[in-house]
Amino acid sequence: MKRDIILAGVGGQGLLALAAVLGQAARGLGLHLKQAEVHGMAQRGGVVQSHVRFSDRPVHSDLVREGTADLVLALEPMEALRYLPYLKLDGALVSDTRPVRNIPDYPDVDRILAELRAITPHRLVDAAALAEQAGSPQASNLVVLGAGSPFLGLPVKALEDGIRAVFADKAESVIAANLRGFRLGAEWTQVAS
Amino acid sequence: MATQLLLGDEALAQGAIDAGLSAAYAYPGTPSTEITEHVLRSPEARAGEVVCRWAANEKTALEAALGASYAGKRAMASMKHVGLNVAADPFVNAAISGAHGGLLVNVADDPSMHSSQNEQDSRLYADLALVPCFEPSDQQEAYAVPARAFELSETYRVPVLVRLTTRLAHSRATVEVGGRRSQNPLSRPGEPERFILLPAIAKKSYERLIGRQPDFVRESEASPFNRLSQDGDRALGIVACGIAHNYLLEVTDGTPGHPVLKVGQYPLPARDVEWLVGHCGRILVLEEGYPYVEAKLRGLPPRSAPAIHGRLTGDVPRTGELSPDVVAAALGLGALARRTASSVPAPRPPALCPGCPHADTCKALAEVLAPRRDSARVFSDIGCYTLGALPPHGVINTCVEMGASITMAHGASEAGLRPAVALIGDSTFTHSGMTGLLDCVNAKADVTVIIVDNLTVAMTGGQPSAAENRLVSICRGLGVDESHTRVVEPHPRNHAENVAILDQEIQYPGTSVIIAQRECIQTAKRSARRGTQRGQQ
Repeated sequence: MKRDIILAGVGGQGLLALAAVLGQAARGLGLHLKQAEVHGMAQRGGVVQSHVRFSDRPVHSDLVREGTADLVLALEPMEALRYLPYLKLDGALVSDTRPVRNIPDYPDVDRILAELRAITPHRLVDAAALAEQAGSPQASNLVVLGAGSPFLGLPVKALEDGIRAVFADKAESVIAANLRGFRLGAEWTQVAS
Repeated sequence: MATQLLLGDEALAQGAIDAGLSAAYAYPGTPSTEITEHVLRSPEARAGEVVCRWAANEKTALEAALGASYAGKRAMASMKHVGLNVAADPFVNAAISGAHGGLLVNVADDPSMHSSQNEQDSRLYADLALVPCFEPSDQQEAYAVPARAFELSETYRVPVLVRLTTRLAHSRATVEVGGRRSQNPLSRPGEPERFILLPAIAKKSYERLIGRQPDFVRESEASPFNRLSQDGDRALGIVACGIAHNYLLEVTDGTPGHPVLKVGQYPLPARDVEWLVGHCGRILVLEEGYPYVEAKLRGLPPRSAPAIHGRLTGDVPRTGELSPDVVAAALGLGALARRTASSVPAPRPPALCPGCPHADTCKALAEVLAPRRDSARVFSDIGCYTLGALPPHGVINTCVEMGASITMAHGASEAGLRPAVALIGDSTFTHSGMTGLLDCVNAKADVTVIIVDNLTVAMTGGQPSAAENRLVSICRGLGVDESHTRVVEPHPRNHAENVAILDQEIQYPGTSVIIAQRECIQTAKRSARRGTQRGQQ
């Protein structure tokens, strides 16, 4: 069992929380784990990415090699496209469809989505809509995680335990909304497949 | 043994706590900040058993740690690579005075400059100061290093440098932790004169430090962080330093197939290097940062056999951090089949947050300087406001190093370049700006200093600012005229008024200070949730 995952997004979207959830879930299962992330200046509305690797064998590198990621999971479509060289030829791509247009020259979003749809398998989810349904616009990141759940190689229970652990110091209502968002994403992805 | 999920930074911090740490001082800086944040969050620090503080700058941090070491305690100072430039004076001289309690200087280098202005390699500083240096290859080693480093520091009475690089500092892994050494009791150095670096004493101390160099090599040869494997095809021998060893194992599936010297402690283990050079057809050096080991092995004139390959020969790119792909290419393994990069994504540079007070200051400053565009220059500094260089602001002209705003504006003004404006953050001002302001006042320099005071060290995650709500009295104390020490609130509703004040002070032909104070939007959000608020000046 081994998964190499690239998480991608924009500063402030809650990407590092997803990395932490995956880390907690993998650790809870006793898997070897490495999870590298970019902090600091890169976070201020700029690109944020994390490499998450877990396996039942020791994981050496903190970084994923190009052409070896089982999954690119992105909270923003242009950011999903940015990391294609990391994806295995048969790797999965999961992304939120809503663009974050905090730059003046944001490309044509239809072009972005068309390129993403050319990847097999892919899941392109309107996470904000499902997050609203879950009762918290802040749960969009968990919706995307749910949409990616079939490709994570981790049991749903481990992921939900991971969510509880990462948000343990938040209000019970926040944890519940995050879990609902995750489950709605997971249900959506079953229908979409 | 218990396990914890820890960043490399956090593993180092936990290792230090478990090795009997008594005091930790630091100035925040990516990618080193989480070392100190981990100590601050620890039960030991919360209970007051370990002293842990953010210092005004890296120099004061290291000196405070040296003081704790003088008192017999195990202490450490943590900083990013360029912070060691600021702390270079105590670092190099503490090697002469020596430590008493174990003294670690933890430095996180940032190859590829993810959040930095250069990619200097701190191993060269250890060389300069003639002290041992550790470079853990993974989080577990980062946890294990402090115990041995403190021991080495106490055995030989020298400060020890611990070098991390970005990818280890900011990568999490499961770490086995456990065992706790008790803290050192308070004690005074047995030969107190060694801390008085008068030339007559310093000369002896320096001789003693030189005399220990062979001991440091022997320690490296016996170190569990250095390992020579003689197995495999000797046509090639590989030296893999720090995290490079992981990349090597990654791309060779755990079996490099050639002799490998893993390096995690310096000075280099001479005996192992000698074996490798004596038995292998050619040598490939894999190291983060400068071609430091490569240059030593290569020699001048370069040795002809075995040939030494690395960054100097182009086998590894001369600049930028390593990655498994870079290491694979250096080994001639070839790239894996992969998708080509899409041409569609546009760069997404960092930007000031929506609602950021710096954006209001930048806007006001741009308006004031518009009619003076050809003559005026804005000398700025290190912090979020450096993003004022980028569109839509485009208002600053320099950012060199901590504090260089006020001092460069001073020199430029005296050279005839006016208006000379300095733009500096509150924490950068107390880090390295105050002395420069004193120079301006003493020279009666025609400089307008804008201190953008967001009441926090924002760039690194909102650590407390060293002189919260004391900037006016500091500036007054340094001699800035009362009528030219102005406080404004950078906010859209005050735009016209702030433009007028900036205009007045830029016209004033002496040293003036405008403190543009409004809390960072990020910490303000957090405080609002906690129901706390940072005060107004």
